[in-house]
Amino acid sequence: MRRMVDRTFVAMTLAATLVILAMIAIILGNVVIHGRDRLSWEFLTAAPEQGMMAGGIFPAIYGTVLLVFLMSIVAVPFGVLVAIYFAEYARAESRLYRWTRMAVNNLAGVPSIVFGLFGLGFFIQTIGHGIDQVLYPGYLVYGQPSVLWAAMTMAVLTLPVVIITVEETMRAVPQEYREASLALGATRLQTILRVILPQAWSGVMTGAILAISRGAGEVAPVLFTGAAYFLPQLPTRANEQFMHLGYHIYAMSTQSPDVEATKPILYSTVFVLLVLTFLLNLTAILIRNRMRRWTTR
Amino acid sequence: MDDQIKISVKSANFFYGSQQALHEVNISIRRCFVTALIGPSGCGKSTFLRALNRMNDLIPGTRLEGRVELDGQDVYSSSMDVIQLRRRVGMIFQRSNPFPMSIYENVAYGPRVNGLMKNRAELDVTVEKTLRSAALWDEVKDRLARSAMSLSGGQQQRLCIARALAVEPEVLLMDEPASALDPISTAKVEELIYELKRTYTIVIVTHNMQQAARVSDETGFFLNGRLVEFAETKKLFTAPAKRETEDYITGRFG
Amino acid sequence: MKGNSRIGAENGVGKMESAPSRHADNTAADDPATEGQTPFSRPLFPPQSAVRNRIDRLGELFISAVAFVVIAIIFLIFIYVAREAAPLAWRTIDGISIWSPLQTPYTWQPVGGVPKFNILPLIVGTLKVTLIAMLLATPLALAAALYTAEFAPPSLREWIKPAVEVLAGIPSVVIGFFVLIVLASWLQDAFGFQFRLNALSAGIGLAFAVIPLIYTVSEDALTSVPKLYREASLALGASKPQTAVRVVLPAASPGIFAALVLGFGRAIGETMIVLLASGNASMLSLSPFVPVRTLSATIASELGEVVFGGGHYRVLFLIGVVLFLITSLLNWIGARYNRRLRQRLSGAA
Ligand SMILES: Nc1ncnc2c1ncn2[C@@H]1O[C@H](COP(=O)(O)OP(=O)(O)O)[C@@H](O)[C@H]1O
Ligand SMILES: [Mg+2]
Repeated sequence: MRRMVDRTFVAMTLAATLVILAMIAIILGNVVIHGRDRLSWEFLTAAPEQGMMAGGIFPAIYGTVLLVFLMSIVAVPFGVLVAIYFAEYARAESRLYRWTRMAVNNLAGVPSIVFGLFGLGFFIQTIGHGIDQVLYPGYLVYGQPSVLWAAMTMAVLTLPVVIITVEETMRAVPQEYREASLALGATRLQTILRVILPQAWSGVMTGAILAISRGAGEVAPVLFTGAAYFLPQLPTRANEQFMHLGYHIYAMSTQSPDVEATKPILYSTVFVLLVLTFLLNLTAILIRNRMRRWTTR
Repeated sequence: MDDQIKISVKSANFFYGSQQALHEVNISIRRCFVTALIGPSGCGKSTFLRALNRMNDLIPGTRLEGRVELDGQDVYSSSMDVIQLRRRVGMIFQRSNPFPMSIYENVAYGPRVNGLMKNRAELDVTVEKTLRSAALWDEVKDRLARSAMSLSGGQQQRLCIARALAVEPEVLLMDEPASALDPISTAKVEELIYELKRTYTIVIVTHNMQQAARVSDETGFFLNGRLVEFAETKKLFTAPAKRETEDYITGRFG
Repeated sequence: MKGNSRIGAENGVGKMESAPSRHADNTAADDPATEGQTPFSRPLFPPQSAVRNRIDRLGELFISAVAFVVIAIIFLIFIYVAREAAPLAWRTIDGISIWSPLQTPYTWQPVGGVPKFNILPLIVGTLKVTLIAMLLATPLALAAALYTAEFAPPSLREWIKPAVEVLAGIPSVVIGFFVLIVLASWLQDAFGFQFRLNALSAGIGLAFAVIPLIYTVSEDALTSVPKLYREASLALGASKPQTAVRVVLPAASPGIFAALVLGFGRAIGETMIVLLASGNASMLSLSPFVPVRTLSATIASELGEVVFGGGHYRVLFLIGVVLFLITSLLNWIGARYNRRLRQRLSGAA
């Protein structure tokens, strides 16, 4: 009797696990099955035509890559510097550290739509308008949604990911190495740059990839900070708007005049976005697993 | 001041926060001597050792009262360049801790960060020289580019000694350098210490009294943060002046 | 002698050492009398460490300064969102004040002859969707976490975890799209709902988003329970499932609670899924089968069309403030319970 109950219980937990895995399989399978028909080299390299019902999605891919590129050249270096400060300079027991660390942690859980509001209120209305008032009085140059401000907004959103990942790996570097280096007459900065950072490299990589994957997939922060549904030309300046894969999916599924007609293109766009984020996340997971094995050895 | 004295410590008190770990320690460590520090664990040997090159500065909330002099110079004065101090006073840790780099890079690290070598050729010479003085050259000369982690425990510890020697220190502080090693490796390290004392002033912490008797010229016995007795090694082990010392070396506690 | 400056000290040492001594020190390498005893016959190092120390200090200054600027921006996030909402607190803009979200009638209808800004329907909608998501996600995620941590063979465990993490990596717009295009139709065909998109479809979509979070956090909590606990229980003759439910689960309970709180916070703020899958109409109703509109979806769908600086614009920022505060509170509670778990386990082990 007891064995029956036990077995049923284990079987139920197994079933729950299988349900979750099945859900993933259904989503991925559905997208792959419907998405691959339309997929072609042309689809990836051509611009949309006839109100999104023909052509490709190149501008959206280009815009997403541009956004993510601009975002990471801000988020990664700054995130790494803050992580170095937290792991190597800040006193772990100080109140300042505890509060700022808590703020960073909290930020990782703040809804992304709030970052969109922040981007609008801070980058566009405050910084952008400020620049315009000083440099281009009477014109609207930086005080409007653009790929620059969308990237900055996304950078703030992904900063906590970078900071937390890198700080964690830096703290995992044994104290012995710091002591050995300092005992040889190295300065703190030399110790950080030559001993600690090389060992935390996998953390920097993981943090960067997680940030990029998040930046490529999030839509809410770019809704009002720079994404556009359709643009005749690729953005060439930082203050122009851009097309974005995720936003494109959202807009096509809600604003298209004929959903059935756009469906194949829509599916293929989802497929491209999924492959992109999936590859990025897989890389991050693999690096992290290897790192975990390496540090626990 | 006495030319024979390399390090002199005068009424040193050391605190971890409010907890006092050293009480009124006075000691004179002689140039090119091997000075051994013995005592039960937790009596403050490591604390004392790490006070000599200000390694304890890394632990927040610690404080030293009293005076530590290196060649008559106040180690804790504000004009002391701690980085240079640590370059001059090398340290070998209980657990061997080579960097996860190649053998060559481990030895080259110190000279590099201290900007000692002008070019690669000079660095090569230094690496070979120090590996030879650490009696490791013959064992590793064919695999300098291999990871230091591929070495055995004893080899790793000798690599750490080589790494410390490469910055041309004057003093070597060793905190139980052989406690994690097998007897053969221990013998090699002891032999090495014997060689090194021709050029370096060595302070070695050990929990192994035979080892202290074998390698050292003078020995200090610590108990509960106090230096109970400090004397010539032979004298301390054959005719200790204090009751506590005798109890300890005859194995009555510790 | 006293070392006055670093340079003076180095030189002084060198001179002093040239006195004849049995115990030659290697700093005396520049003294020909002791040469040969030292391993190195090069002169003393150039006292260049002053430069190095300056670089070290500059480096620390630079890193700290950058850290403070970045952290300041982090704190600015709340300030700037609140700043755009603040004027509502002391004046009425376009007939909207800070009290409008609480004034009857219980309707959110920003466009129309007389705009109405009562957020009750949005709050009810948010809670309804979140609750449905939690009811679906919690049992699934917890059971899967139990299976992974306690029952799965190790070789399988290594595969399940990354597989669930894949779900965490699916962008929420894709989940929203899937519910909108596929799942909602399946549900309507199966149950004959009047509205294809409703609170239930949005809740199911949200469940996809919170399952990986609840799963990961609670699986971590379960695996952090020391082996000792399990062994003690198994030694007393308890079976593996009994041990899991009676010993491991209670021991990990603060972490599980944290997982639920964090999942809740994630669900409340999630935007793209509900935007696509909820029908996005603000009806005040408790039925799970009618369309809903959440706080986050309201911001997302309306901010693009409002007049900058107007009352409607500011009300949307006010909603942002509310979201920020609620999720922060939940994050804080979650972090606290996670810390409590670690303290409990480290204290007991
Ligand atoms: N980092 C530290 N913080 C607080 N107390 C410490 C620390 N390190 C050592 N102590 C305390 O100082 C005393 C001396 O320790 P230590 O110098 O390590 O002794 P030994 O090396 O002789 O075993 C012990 O009571 C120990 O608990
Ligand atoms: Mg010790």
